[in-house]
Amino acid sequence: MSLAKPDAVDISNKQKVALAIGIIGLFILTLALFNTNFPNKGVFLTCALGLISVGTIIYSRDAYLTKLEGIKNDGVWFKSISSRGVWGWVVGVILTAFYIVLYFYPKYLGLGVDGVVNTGLISLFDPLSQLLSGRQASQWFVYGTLYTIAILAFGYKFILKYRHNRYQQIRTISVMFFQLGFAFLIPEFMYVMNNDLPYYDLKSMWPLNYYIFDEWSVNGFLSNGNIGLALILFGLITIFVISPILTYKFGKRWYCSWVCGCGGLAETAGDSFRQLSSKKMSAWKLERWLIHTVLVFSVVMTTAMVYTYLGYDSNDFWLTRGVFIALVIGFLTLVFAGVLFFKGKELGKDVKYGAIGFFVVIALLVIMHLTGTTKHVFYIKAGALRSIYGIYIGSIFSGVIGTGFYPILGNRSWCRFGCPMAAILGFQQRLFSKFRITTNGGQCISCGNCSNSCEMGIDVRHYAQKGENIVRSSCVGCGICAAVCPRGVLKLENDSMKGRINPTEVLLGNDVDLMDLVNQK
Amino acid sequence: MEHIVIIGNGISGVTLARHIRKLSDKKITIVSGEADYFFSRTALMYIYMGHMKFEHTQPYENWFWKKNRIELRKAFVKQIDTNSKTLLLADGGNLSYDKLVIATGSKPNKFGWPGQDLEGVMGMYHKQDLENLEIYAPNNKACKRAVIVGGGLIGIELAEMLNSRNVPVTFLVRESSFWNGVLPEGESQIINRHIKNHHIDLRLSTNLKEIVSDENGKVKSIIIEETGEEIPCDVVGLTAGVSPNIDFIKSSTIETGRGVKVNRYLETNIPDVYAIGDCAEQHEAIGNRRPIEAVWYTGRMMGETLAQTICGNRIQYKPGHWFNSAKFLDIEYQTYGWVFSEKSKQDYEQHFHWKHHDDTKCITVAYNKDTNDFLGINTFGIRMRHEIFDKWLTEKRDIDYVMNHLVEANFDPEFYSHYEAEILSTFNNQLQTI
Ligand SMILES: Cc1cc2nc3c(=O)[nH]c(=O)nc-3n(C[C@H](O)[C@H](O)[C@H](O)COP(=O)(O)OP(=O)(O)OC[C@H]3O[C@@H](n4cnc5c(N)ncnc54)[C@H](O)[C@@H]3O)c2cc1C
Ligand code: SF4
Ligand code: SF4
Repeated sequence: MSLAKPDAVDISNKQKVALAIGIIGLFILTLALFNTNFPNKGVFLTCALGLISVGTIIYSRDAYLTKLEGIKNDGVWFKSISSRGVWGWVVGVILTAFYIVLYFYPKYLGLGVDGVVNTGLISLFDPLSQLLSGRQASQWFVYGTLYTIAILAFGYKFILKYRHNRYQQIRTISVMFFQLGFAFLIPEFMYVMNNDLPYYDLKSMWPLNYYIFDEWSVNGFLSNGNIGLALILFGLITIFVISPILTYKFGKRWYCSWVCGCGGLAETAGDSFRQLSSKKMSAWKLERWLIHTVLVFSVVMTTAMVYTYLGYDSNDFWLTRGVFIALVIGFLTLVFAGVLFFKGKELGKDVKYGAIGFFVVIALLVIMHLTGTTKHVFYIKAGALRSIYGIYIGSIFSGVIGTGFYPILGNRSWCRFGCPMAAILGFQQRLFSKFRITTNGGQCISCGNCSNSCEMGIDVRHYAQKGENIVRSSCVGCGICAAVCPRGVLKLENDSMKGRINPTEVLLGNDVDLMDLVNQK
Repeated sequence: MEHIVIIGNGISGVTLARHIRKLSDKKITIVSGEADYFFSRTALMYIYMGHMKFEHTQPYENWFWKKNRIELRKAFVKQIDTNSKTLLLADGGNLSYDKLVIATGSKPNKFGWPGQDLEGVMGMYHKQDLENLEIYAPNNKACKRAVIVGGGLIGIELAEMLNSRNVPVTFLVRESSFWNGVLPEGESQIINRHIKNHHIDLRLSTNLKEIVSDENGKVKSIIIEETGEEIPCDVVGLTAGVSPNIDFIKSSTIETGRGVKVNRYLETNIPDVYAIGDCAEQHEAIGNRRPIEAVWYTGRMMGETLAQTICGNRIQYKPGHWFNSAKFLDIEYQTYGWVFSEKSKQDYEQHFHWKHHDDTKCITVAYNKDTNDFLGINTFGIRMRHEIFDKWLTEKRDIDYVMNHLVEANFDPEFYSHYEAEILSTFNNQLQTI
C-alpha cells in the first residue's frame, strides 16, 4: 500500500535509533504480557517506561529541532501510519485488541482477583503501585500509567512540533499537568489518605464520570463524612456552575483541549492522526444524530441510576423518587424554554429536532416513573442497565473505538460521535458562549489546510472562504486550523456575543456597495 | 431558459456560477479541461509536500454541483464562434450559449530560452505540472538537483515543495534581492536570508542563458548567463510569472491584448461575452492596481460582481482596498493598502520599517510624507486584521493614529508575544531623529 507513495520521507539514522530504543521498551512490556517473570520488576518496569519515553524524546528532537520553526506536516499523507496505510491498520488492530482485553478479559493481562497475586503485565506494575498507594496494581493502574506516559512523552513531541506557537504549548502543558496530577497521582494519594473513598478524578465530571452518582459511589462518599460530602458537592458545582461559566467565557475548549484526559491523549499521542477525520457533510449529519442520541441516553440513564436507589417515602429522606423526577423534568423544561426563548430564531429548523429530543427525554422519564420498581427500570434489571451504560461510555466508545481506531477514524472520533460531555458543552458553546473562530475578512485562499487538520471533522474552509466565523458546537478549540493556515485567516477568540455569527455572500475587499446590497438583505 | 456558459472552473468561474445560482434559475454550464471538479490552485504545493491529498484541495464535495444544478463538462475549448454563439470543443463536440464568460486563468511564462520545452522542464500552474513534477522529482535520488528560474511567489513555493523532499534546489533570481520589485528592501532581505537558512542555493542577479539537453531530450543542466557556469540538474522549474491563457481566443472576434480586454463591467467588445479572473485585462488600470491582476481574490471578486450583471443588475467591477497575502517558507506575509518597493514608489511615499531581532518578523508602514496619510502596511511573521485596516483606509487615518492603535489590528493566536509597544517606540525614536 505504501509502496506506490513517494519514499522521500525516510527517517534519519538518529530517528531509527530512537525507534529501536522505544521498541525495546515496548518489547519488555510484551515479554511481561506473555508471562515472562522478571526478577527485579521495579528495574524492568523503569527500563521499559524509561526506554519508551527516551525513544520518543530523541525521535521528536531529531524530527523537529533540526529544522527551522514552522508547520511540520511534510509527508503526513505519504507515511503509512498516518494515512491509513498498512502500519496504520496494524497499530489500529493492536490498540483495539489491547482495549478489548483490558476491559473484558483483564485476566489475560495477569490480573489476580480476590487476593491472588498478579502475574504477567500487571505484576510488572506492582512496584509502582505499591510505591504510590501501597496496594497491588490493577489493570486500570497499568492502563493509567501507560496513558499518562503517552500523554507526557507525546506531549513533549507536540510541544516541539509547535515550538513557534505558544497557544499550543501552554495548552499541551495544561493537559499534561491535569493528566499527571488530577487523573493519575491525586486519586492514588486520596486512596492513601482515605481508602474507603471511591476513585475520584477531580477534573472528570458528569456525564463522563457517570459512576459518581451510582449507589455504591454516593454511599461511598457519604459514609466518608465531610470529605465525601465535599466531593459530591464539588461534583455538582462543577456541572451546574463552574462548567457553564467557563464555557460561556472560553468555549468548550477549556475542558476538551485543556483539561480532559481523552482530549489530552487525542491531542498528544493522537496528533499524527488528526487529518483522518471525515469532513464530509454525511459524516456531520451522522455526528449530530449520534451525539444527541448519546446525550438523551446519558440524561435518562443517570436519572434512572439515581432513581433506583431513592425511596418512596419522604419521611426517610426529602429526596424521593417523585420529587427527583419532578426536579429533573423541571430543570430540563427550564433549559428548553430558555433556549427557545433566547435562541429560537437563530436555530431555525433545528428547533424541531431540539423539541423532539426534549419530548423523548420527558416521555422516557415519565414512563420510567410509571413502570419502575426498586429492582427494575424499563423492565430491565437496574444493575444490568447501569452496566450497559458503563460499558458504553467507558469501554466501547472511549476506549475501543475512541482510541483503538485512532489510525482509522482520526484521533477524536469518541469526542465527536460519542461523548455526552462534548454534547452538553457543545450545545452551550453553540448558543451561549463568547468563543468563536474569527475569519480574517477576505484573506482565505480555500487551500483546505484548516479542514484537513481539523480533528473534529469540521469543514473549516467552508466558513472561512465565505468570510464567516466558525461557530460550531463540536469545535474543541485545539487551534490547529489557525496554526496551519498559511494566510493567517483564523483566530480563536473570546469576544462579545454580538456579530459572532456573521454569514456573508460577498467578502470584504470587494465593492462596498455590492457588499451592502448582498449581505444586508 | 437562458444558458450561461463559463469556460474555466477556477475560483473566478466557480464563484460566478455559485452566485448566478443564488440569484437566478438560469442554466449554467462550466466547461474546463484541467480537472473534473474545482480545486484550489493555491493548494497544489501541499499535495506534493504530503500535507494533503488532491481531493482535500476541492472546496466543494462532488454532490454539490448537481444539487446546485451547475453542469460540468470536462473538455478543452478550441474555438469560439461569436456569430453563431457556439464553442468548438477539442473532443469534436460543440456547445451553444446565450451568454459566455471566459475565465481561463493563466499559463506560465516562457521567454524563449533555448531548451525550454525539454523533458523535465516545467511550470507550476496546472494540475498536470504537479503530475509532471511527481514523475521527474519524486525524491532526491531521481532528482539530484532542481533549478528554479524566476523569483516570485510561485518560485518560492516550488522551492519549498522540493525542499520538503530533500531535493537540493538552486534558485535563480533576476533581481538583486528576492521579489524586490514588489517588496521594500528590508523585507526582501529578510526573505533572502530565510531562503538561505533553508539550505536553498539562492542566486541573486542571475539569469538563465540556456537549458542543456542530454541525448534523450531530457534536461541535463542549465547555463547561467552572467558567469557561464553550468549547473547539472534533473528538473528545471520555470516560474518567471504568468500570463493570460487565451491563445485559443486570438482567432475569434473578441478583442485581446495581453489578456481578454474588458471594460469596468467586465464586458468584452462582443455583446454577451465577458471575461473575469486572471485572463481579464482592464482597458485602464483601476487605481494602483495592474490591468491584469493574477491573484485569487480578484478572480473571486470579479465572479461576485459579474453575477449581478448577468442576473440583471448591471454593476461595475469596483474593488475595495487592496489586500494580499503569501507565505515565504515559514514566514507569513500580509499586505493591506499600498506599500511599494523603492523601485516603484512615488516621491511622497515614505516608509517606516521595524524588524524583530530574530529576523523572521517585520512590518513596513507606508504613509504620505506631506499629509501623513496612512497608505498601507506590509507585515511579515505577524498576522493582522483585514477588517481593521480596511476600516482605517476608508477613514483615511493618519500614520500616528495607525501606529498608536496597532494593537487593535493584531490577529496573532492567543498567548503570542506582542510587539506593538516596541514598534511604537521605534517609530517615535525615528521620528525624532528625522
Ligand atoms: C502555485 C500557485 C500558487 C498561488 N498562490 C496564490 C496565493 O497564495 N494567493 C493568490 O492570491 N493567488 C495565488 N495564485 C494565483 C491564483 O491561483 C490565480 O489567480 C487563480 O487561480 C486564478 O483563477 P481563475 O479562475 O482566473 O483561473 P484558473 O484557476 O487558472 O482556472 C482556469 C481554468 O480554465 C481552464 N482552461 C483554460 N483554457 C481553457 C480552454 N480553452 N478550455 C477549457 N478550459 C480551459 C484551465 O485549465 C483552468 O482549469 C497562485 C497560483 C499558483 C499557480
Ligand atoms: S475548528 Fe479548528 S480549533 Fe476547532 S476543533 Fe477544528 S481544528 Fe480545532
Ligand atoms: S482558512 Fe486558511 S487554511 Fe483554511 S482554506 Fe482558508 S487559507 Fe486555507
